[in-house]
Amino acid sequence: MTVTICIGSSCHVKGSRLIVEELQRLVAENGLSDDVELKGTFCTGNCVKGVCVSVDDRLYSLTPDDTKDFFEKEIKGRLA
Amino acid sequence: MRKFDTKVQHLKYKVLREVARYAFDGNLERAPLEIPTKIISGTEATMRCCVYKERAIVGERIALAMGGDRNNPNVIEVLNIACDECPVGGYEVTNACRGCIAHRCEDVCKKGAITFDHNQKAHIDKDKCVECGMCAKVCPYNAISNNKRPCENACKVKAISMSDTKVASIDNDKCTACGACVYQCPFGAIMDKSYILDVIDLIKKSENNTKYKLYAVVAPSISSQFTYAPLGQIISAIKELGFYSVVEAALGADMVAYKEGPELAEKGFLTSSCCPAFVDYIEKSFPQLREFISHNISPMATISKYIKETDPTSKIVFIGPCTAKKMEIKKESVSPYVDSVLTFEELQALIDSRDIELSELPLGVLDNASYYGRIFARCGGLSDAVKESLKEQNIDFEVKSVSCDGIEECRAALLKASAIIKSSGIEGVPYNFIEGMACKGGCIGGAGCLTHGEKNKSEVDKYGKEAYEKTITDAIKILM
Repeated sequence: MTVTICIGSSCHVKGSRLIVEELQRLVAENGLSDDVELKGTFCTGNCVKGVCVSVDDRLYSLTPDDTKDFFEKEIKGRLA
Repeated sequence: MRKFDTKVQHLKYKVLREVARYAFDGNLERAPLEIPTKIISGTEATMRCCVYKERAIVGERIALAMGGDRNNPNVIEVLNIACDECPVGGYEVTNACRGCIAHRCEDVCKKGAITFDHNQKAHIDKDKCVECGMCAKVCPYNAISNNKRPCENACKVKAISMSDTKVASIDNDKCTACGACVYQCPFGAIMDKSYILDVIDLIKKSENNTKYKLYAVVAPSISSQFTYAPLGQIISAIKELGFYSVVEAALGADMVAYKEGPELAEKGFLTSSCCPAFVDYIEKSFPQLREFISHNISPMATISKYIKETDPTSKIVFIGPCTAKKMEIKKESVSPYVDSVLTFEELQALIDSRDIELSELPLGVLDNASYYGRIFARCGGLSDAVKESLKEQNIDFEVKSVSCDGIEECRAALLKASAIIKSSGIEGVPYNFIEGMACKGGCIGGAGCLTHGEKNKSEVDKYGKEAYEKTITDAIKILM
């Protein structure tokens, strides 16, 4: 599974850095490093609602606070 | 507020701006006919012998603004009719010579080139003189001057000589395209070729970033350049021109530093690869040191490669202070990633050609790179970043760096390293990392800069400190 996080300027300001840190931590803690590839991208043009994150080809808008729920549902949940 | 250091830059800018206007309006074929009289409008000459010569020279500038001579592989070209054919006599005694009795000039001259006439005035025998300049230094009346062309003086790699017709001529086998002559020629007779037409074409064909996305990769020295408006508005202006996104080359610098640290520790001796003129200088003048050039492509190329990997159809324009970058993108290792290059001068011309009113624009953001990536723009920054990179990766290696400010310091460090390596290997060299910057002060002294002020270094440092990411690892953790 590939999870792509926007690190363009706009998402950066909205906290993409915190989301990256949180996801890296959660992936490692759950022993999913072999299953989940975290990648960065520049602006995907969808920045109005929050930080753009995509799981394979599905797009999501996150805030740093939603990250844990997102991980449980969309990453861990799908891999289970 | 003043945008340029010199009137030569201003003239060059006006030509670029007009050419860009015609190109955006789609009537470029009229540009060579109409622009000369538009810029040189009156009947009184203000720069040359007559308005007709002034217009003819503007005509040459238009040709350079439109890409110049495609048969010449160099990006730096002489405008033959603009060259004033400055005197080239070398050291000469002027009429300030008082015919004193101390004769310090005679005593200091190791070649016996100084004689005196019946008025006791000094003369230099040109057959004996080696242009060492000692006589000029010791004369208490400063009566000996060095008539050297500003372009030749500026060119520390000695690529400029005069042709049979006394016009300056560039030896492409020595030229590193640093642009020092471009900035120093008081007549603006040497110019860098411009690729603004290619960039305008990229903007138009992207059809508002629907056909492909057009990225601007900006050099960190931008922070010291547009002194009349906040950086955020410049970022917005770049987008207003038609770019989809603006990315910092400094993020590429973080990526380079991250890899350069371990490479240095592994090899034990390295020369930096960020400055294309420095790399070119080693390749042309110190081929025996070629193996020590860092294998990292430059920050510009590194970040562009990353963008192209995430967005394969994207097009990328680098915007920076550097004329040598225009050569770098022709290299096989770089050309797949960077589509074109603009200097800050050219960016200014493009912004004004579209009559973009900066003060009305919102503050855009540029927030990716770390402090270390951003200070690459000034001399010494790269060495700091490499040290930080080793520290962050817990690699135990003592960096003994020498930061060379300008090509003359580069030459000195390379000469010394080359001699020692030849006799006793890399262990004998008192330093293990040569940070080379062809321009004085680093990129902030680049030929394509709008300003070359004293304050620029502190501006770059200030901008570096504004970075959210305090470490290199922070900035690139998701990218590597």
